[in-house]
Amino acid sequence: MTTEFPETARPRLLKGVRSRFDQARDTWLLLAPERTLELDAVAAAILAEVDGERSFSEIVDILAAKYNAPKERISADVRTFLSSLVERRMLEVDVP
Amino acid sequence: MTQVSTTQAGPRIKVPMAMLAELTHRCPLACPYCSNPVDMVGRSGELSTQEWTNVFRQAADLGVLHLHLSGGEPAARPDLEELVAASTEAELYSNLITSGVGLTAARLEKLAANGLDHLQLSLQGIDHETADLYGGYRGGFDKKIAVAGWTVALGLPLTINAVMHRHNLPTLDRMIDLAVELGARRLEVATVQFHGWAEKNKAALMPTREQVQKAGETVHAARLRLKGVLVIDYVPADYYATYPKACMGGWASTSLNVAPDGQVLPCHAAPTIPWLTFDNVRERPLKEIWTHSEAFNSFRGDEWMQEPCRSCARKAVDFGGCRCQAMALAGDAAATDPACSKSPLHADLLAAAEVASGTRDADLIYRRMATPKQLARTQNA
Repeated sequence: MTTEFPETARPRLLKGVRSRFDQARDTWLLLAPERTLELDAVAAAILAEVDGERSFSEIVDILAAKYNAPKERISADVRTFLSSLVERRMLEVDVP
Repeated sequence: MTQVSTTQAGPRIKVPMAMLAELTHRCPLACPYCSNPVDMVGRSGELSTQEWTNVFRQAADLGVLHLHLSGGEPAARPDLEELVAASTEAELYSNLITSGVGLTAARLEKLAANGLDHLQLSLQGIDHETADLYGGYRGGFDKKIAVAGWTVALGLPLTINAVMHRHNLPTLDRMIDLAVELGARRLEVATVQFHGWAEKNKAALMPTREQVQKAGETVHAARLRLKGVLVIDYVPADYYATYPKACMGGWASTSLNVAPDGQVLPCHAAPTIPWLTFDNVRERPLKEIWTHSEAFNSFRGDEWMQEPCRSCARKAVDFGGCRCQAMALAGDAAATDPACSKSPLHADLLAAAEVASGTRDADLIYRRMATPKQLARTQNA
């Protein structure tokens, strides 16, 4: 199951969910209640653009430009990753 | 995961993920399954604000990410707000594990302002009757419902921790609904583990095999139904399982406990292994304790294992189960946890659990600081 993300939907991390770089393990982590997700380069790059203001399509545009990659692929990656966070109750989307 | 290497040969020492800070053993509740030791530390023995602040900083330096502020009831410490600020200062992810009693809207607001990341609220039952009976505190249920409301209103993530046993397992469905109604993001369905005070109350609390099977099905169905609404973590009753629980994710592997008086323990029940000796943060740096303390190294890795664990394919999956349960039930902390079907003691354990689960009118022994008294009789569910 993947969550529906209309192009205008604005994803945001819920309070109590935050990413940080961890010196001891030399990696980016997402910390949430009783959970620690190790973020790979793709996941970290996506989350860096999630600020509660940008819409789904804006995030895809930014990443496509930044990494010079096709929008369809980026869009699929973003959708899959953000959906997994919705299922874990770490992220919500505001639909205007 | 990055490994920290040691100077001596032996098992690799990992960076711990989490630290449980038992700020106090004082608690207004008297749950008969409390995981605190039967011999508790009094107020005068507790670490000071300054000492805890220092321990938090050391934990962060060691690589700890999650700090669980627990007890007893952590809100019994008037300096809880300061301790949360100290946790934030150390860049730890703070989780307040509370009964709710002792919190007010104003205190919670201050805790949130000081950077509290998450609140985990215990529920002993789905209504006044059961919750207040098992919490041993009249009015506790109403208080908890209020705390849940304040937490959600502040936007903080709320976990409901529901401790389940023979008498309240039939209400599991309703408990799951209640967690959703309260706005919890996460529910922990924790079947009583028979350590600490619960060990004294086996006859009163042991679930039946049918209840455990049904609970597993209920949780499975709820997880599917509530995907994206409520995350459910489930701690089953291990006596009826085929394999034991992977206790602590492996001894001295991912987390550590600091007791109210500063003793550093591999798990909260570790002092029930009589020959272990523990170091104290008042005398030794935390990193040194994690790396070199005898208590941590006694069951680190798998060198200590006996058969059938030693040659078992699952030894890296469940680590031989729980050392404290092996101590309590097999009389040998290095034995296979009798909850494992490969243990020679498993059949006896199962038979004893079935007898216990059929006990009628067992006395409940409530948690008390001093002499435990038998305070209530319960009806068999």
